[in-house]
Amino acid sequence: MNHMWKFSVRRMLIIIPQLLLLSLLVFLMAQAMPGDALTGQINPDLDPQEMQEQREELGLNDPWHIKYADWITSAVRGDLGQSFQFKMPASELIWNRMVNSFWLGVATLIITYLLAIPLGITSGRFNDSLLDSSITGYTYIGFATPIFIFALVMLWIFGYQLGWFPTSGSVAPGSDPGTFEYIVSKINHLLLPAISLGLITTVNTVQYLRSEIIDTKQKDFIITARAKGASESRVYNRHIFRNSLLPIAAFFGFEITGLIGGTVFVERIFGYPGMGDLFIQSVLLRDYTVVTSVVLLFGLASILGALISDIILSLVDPRIRIK
Amino acid sequence: MNEKLLEIKNLKTSFRIEDQYYAAVDDVSLTVNENEVLAIVGESGCGKSALAFSLMRLHNRAKIEGDILFKGDDVTNYSAGQVNKLRGNEMSMIFQDPLTALNPLMKIGDQIGEVLLLHKGKFSNLNRKQKAISLLDKVGIARPEHVYEQFPHELSGGMRQRVVIAIAIANDPEVLIADEPTTALDATIQSQILDLLNELKENMNAGIILITHDLGVVAEMADRVAVMYAGQIVEVADVHALFGMPQHPYTRSLLSSVPNAESVDSKLHVIQGIVPSLKNLTREGCRFRSRIPWIDESVHEKSPELHEISPNHFVRCTCYKNFYFPDEKKEDKRHGIS
Repeated sequence: MNHMWKFSVRRMLIIIPQLLLLSLLVFLMAQAMPGDALTGQINPDLDPQEMQEQREELGLNDPWHIKYADWITSAVRGDLGQSFQFKMPASELIWNRMVNSFWLGVATLIITYLLAIPLGITSGRFNDSLLDSSITGYTYIGFATPIFIFALVMLWIFGYQLGWFPTSGSVAPGSDPGTFEYIVSKINHLLLPAISLGLITTVNTVQYLRSEIIDTKQKDFIITARAKGASESRVYNRHIFRNSLLPIAAFFGFEITGLIGGTVFVERIFGYPGMGDLFIQSVLLRDYTVVTSVVLLFGLASILGALISDIILSLVDPRIRIK
Repeated sequence: MNEKLLEIKNLKTSFRIEDQYYAAVDDVSLTVNENEVLAIVGESGCGKSALAFSLMRLHNRAKIEGDILFKGDDVTNYSAGQVNKLRGNEMSMIFQDPLTALNPLMKIGDQIGEVLLLHKGKFSNLNRKQKAISLLDKVGIARPEHVYEQFPHELSGGMRQRVVIAIAIANDPEVLIADEPTTALDATIQSQILDLLNELKENMNAGIILITHDLGVVAEMADRVAVMYAGQIVEVADVHALFGMPQHPYTRSLLSSVPNAESVDSKLHVIQGIVPSLKNLTREGCRFRSRIPWIDESVHEKSPELHEISPNHFVRCTCYKNFYFPDEKKEDKRHGIS
């Protein structure tokens, strides 16, 4: 246990330089973009001399390291600047979208694992059987189907033709937050995008789990378990599955990245106001403060995802802890 | 008189390669008695491990013919449940590679505890822990309480092999199969493990089947030796008879391939050719004849049988009578290690 704490603390310390580098990169990227906060926002009749004074006053003429320090301190305080397009604080805009993406992500993850674990285990245990062939067949179809086509087909069938699900938005207009109807409407809105996404993304995990199980089945320690007199079900439950789920557990951390980052195609197609949708929208509208903030958050999400992955792996795999 | 523990009769283990079955173990008959170490020797690929796995019914997809009588009961007819009761309990196995034979995610204590739990379910958890620790102690592990809580990757190869042995002897098996127990270890550890096995042999009533290609190990431990070539037994004899008066050309070649520290300058003897693969094996006639091409074909039997040439000394094929090494004169010059 002691090893694990040491490992976790050391692993968490690594994210400090990672975060610094990320913020610096994002900042420099933002600096490289043409124009600044005053460009296009000001009355064209304004005296250029006065604009220069304004720039001086707002600190836009400061050297880059001072600007970076200003930006990063306010970002840490939660102030990401103003959205040019929506005329509201970028942080407020992003927060709403992030909550939506988060719930869509959670629903997708649940569906992904609900499908992947039984399918992967069945497929791996009874490999080369008819059942395995059907499951593998499904995964190949999943690999070959682009999510934007599949999402459109799902939307057309279940949204428009059958009318089982709403076709856009994240909640029915006019429902009060906190009420039961509000929650039901929220779930109803994210179900179809989550199912569409889950059905496709699960194939990776199914295939991964299947090959892990087939691989673990042939390990020597499985023969040892059998030679001890363990029954087939014990061999599978105690030895094969646990060892095969290990890399899946590590993957889980990276999935969390998706919870913050959202998904560009699916959110766009289902008109679901999440982070992916916001990103595309603000790129198209050249809403720089929002783009910068979103990119910063995406970077943050992947750093955190990797951190969580490593910590999960150290929890389940004793071999990691001493390194 | 020692009692027969295990009687193998005409065992044939075949594997399927491209819709056809090929026998890796072909018509093997052997007995293992109480308090006896039977060594099975042969080159890699001769079927010795396949034979060991057949005895424990550990093959996944193999066709097993013949009988394996464990105290008179035919193991080949056992149901899955009966096999599970046998394995790790009355019959157990020590594996070749201790680095891969243990589950990397389970504590040593739990891995030993599992075999106790499976067969001695009535144990309380505390008793099981005590028993596991005493087993670790028995196989010569220092600080057993500490090792009980450790994971395999924290132990050295030699210690892991001791753990594998502890698992195998946990329930005092009557038949213990050691499948090349020292092959994956370095020389100093090998001798420590051999000492341990010798010590256990003295204290157990088990019949031990020792599978190895290391003739030094055989000399140190075995009471009787069966030599296997291409899936068949070619010679069975008491260990002194086998080393003193080896008969079969293969046994003699094998013994003369052992490097000799006393004659450093003499060239090391090698057996010509390679062990034929399962698919390329000629199953008619003497299987060793392709590797002793200088011997006249006519001396081999058409369908070689095991001949009892002296009490309890069996040799397959009559070609042994006319065998000589190419660098020897045709005169009958016996080769061996005393």
